[in-house]
Amino acid sequence: MAHSKFSFTGVIKYFTLLIGVFVVLFPPYVVIVNAFKSTDEFNSSSSMALPNSFLNFDNFIAVFQRGGLLNGFGNVLIIIAITLILNILFGTMVAFVLGRFSFKLKPVVFGAYLIATIIPSITTQVATFGIIKSMGLYNTLGAPIVLYIGADVIQIILYLQFIRNIPVDLDESAMVEGASLFRIYRTIIFPLLTPATATLIILKTISIYNDMYIPYLYMPKQSLGVVTTILMRFQGVNSGEWNLICAAILLILLPTVILYFFLQRYIFEGVTSGAVK
Amino acid sequence: MFGTLSYNKQKTIIIVSFLTIPLLLLATFTYYPALKLIYYSFTNWDGYSPEKPWVGLDNYREVFANPAIFKVFTHNFAYFAMGILQNIVAIYFAIVLNSKLKGKNAFRILLFLPYIMNGVAVAFMFGYVFDTTNGSLNMFLNSIGLTGLGQTSWLGTEGLVNYSLASTGFWRFMGYNMVIYIASLQAIPNDIYEASKIDGAGPFQTLWRITLPNMKPVIQLNLFLTVTGALEVFDLPFVLTKGGPAGASETYVQKVVDTAFAYNNYGLASAMSIILLFFVVIVLLIQQLVLSRGGDK
Repeated sequence: MAHSKFSFTGVIKYFTLLIGVFVVLFPPYVVIVNAFKSTDEFNSSSSMALPNSFLNFDNFIAVFQRGGLLNGFGNVLIIIAITLILNILFGTMVAFVLGRFSFKLKPVVFGAYLIATIIPSITTQVATFGIIKSMGLYNTLGAPIVLYIGADVIQIILYLQFIRNIPVDLDESAMVEGASLFRIYRTIIFPLLTPATATLIILKTISIYNDMYIPYLYMPKQSLGVVTTILMRFQGVNSGEWNLICAAILLILLPTVILYFFLQRYIFEGVTSGAVK
Repeated sequence: MFGTLSYNKQKTIIIVSFLTIPLLLLATFTYYPALKLIYYSFTNWDGYSPEKPWVGLDNYREVFANPAIFKVFTHNFAYFAMGILQNIVAIYFAIVLNSKLKGKNAFRILLFLPYIMNGVAVAFMFGYVFDTTNGSLNMFLNSIGLTGLGQTSWLGTEGLVNYSLASTGFWRFMGYNMVIYIASLQAIPNDIYEASKIDGAGPFQTLWRITLPNMKPVIQLNLFLTVTGALEVFDLPFVLTKGGPAGASETYVQKVVDTAFAYNNYGLASAMSIILLFFVVIVLLIQQLVLSRGGDK
């Protein structure tokens, strides 16, 4: 207690913060305690009571066996890996061109990305669906990949901020050495964008992992489930068995929550640098 | 070989080759569908037959004449109301967490936590929390003595279901808004506060005259996202209630998706989408108007 000055506003502050934390943690708490209960125990105990043992993994095993969750994790990982590689490539390329060169159509290109964000993507799915089908990507992992790889305006703004901080002298001295512009992109700009890329990888991974709509609509095939669609199917089949569903929810929440606690600094950075300014 | 070209030529090649694929993607998956959508909205295409009969403005007339379609917008209102409340709470917590406080970081990390959680998992989690008989919300209310409230069917009562669903959105996104507000607070230079302190400003004066005006652009941005988010709600009711009970929680986008994919009425669904797009643009325009009148910010 460095300064134990007891002030009224201080009490209010902590009180409201604690309420906030309680509200945030209450639903996950309920899911955690019930995921470890056997069906009998679940039926006889209060939904807020602690389980007899936190070592009862039967529900989790059942989820893996019945739900095909492993397959779902596999599919979503493939989608994330391929998407990230292409998305980062395209994102840095667009940002390099917009950040380093001036040309007539530059405002048009930037404007096109800007306007794209106000088009509600769910509503254009009606037409996108036809395109995906005609490309032969319906019910393949290619469908979500092509829909995710495009750079968005927030990504471009994020990269542009970093590019502006890379001194142009660096490019110029490379040019004096006779380096081509492509070489400048590859050996100077791209590596110096790594911090932004790292942040993007985290944010993009979380958003693809959490997306429900695109996999639901474009990959209804059983074997192509990702974690979200598998959870939806699983809930549909086991709708009464809340202890099992809680285990499934927990298994799906866990990876991102762990990632979050390790990388929260970069996540905050990415969220704020995209949105503020 | 490439390196021997003049930098001007290289520049042209780089611009063209670096932009081709990204712009092609943007055109294929954003602009082309949007244009297609406009075209479909003038037909009564069913989604699969080869011919797309032109019907002119009939679909638009139908949307405006059919009260059942527009009525669902009233369901979206709950999300709008909750969104406003969410922003107020987020600003409050942002200001609190930007002041001198122990454990600031821990609070910030915990309050942001829901944002990174999987939406479908969160929806089911709340499905369980809101459950009438097994649900932990009612159990909790009973345990603190609010037995009257503890019998409520949160997702089964018509007037309530949208607020229950919207509160799930509140739970998920409050921390996101808060973090953005914190960032905008940290961008306010400290000497303004010091100067106002010297001038004898109280805490509320500081809040009204310095903090909030300086946050204005970010508040505007978040309000835009709140309004458009409220117009475009889809996943929560889709996953949790399937629009029930008796269509009481059906949202506009859900109706669009159903009209297209369940009733095979692509033409009408497209017209509904275009109308939604118009609303979004109108919100944006109003905001720009208000923004530009509010000074040179």
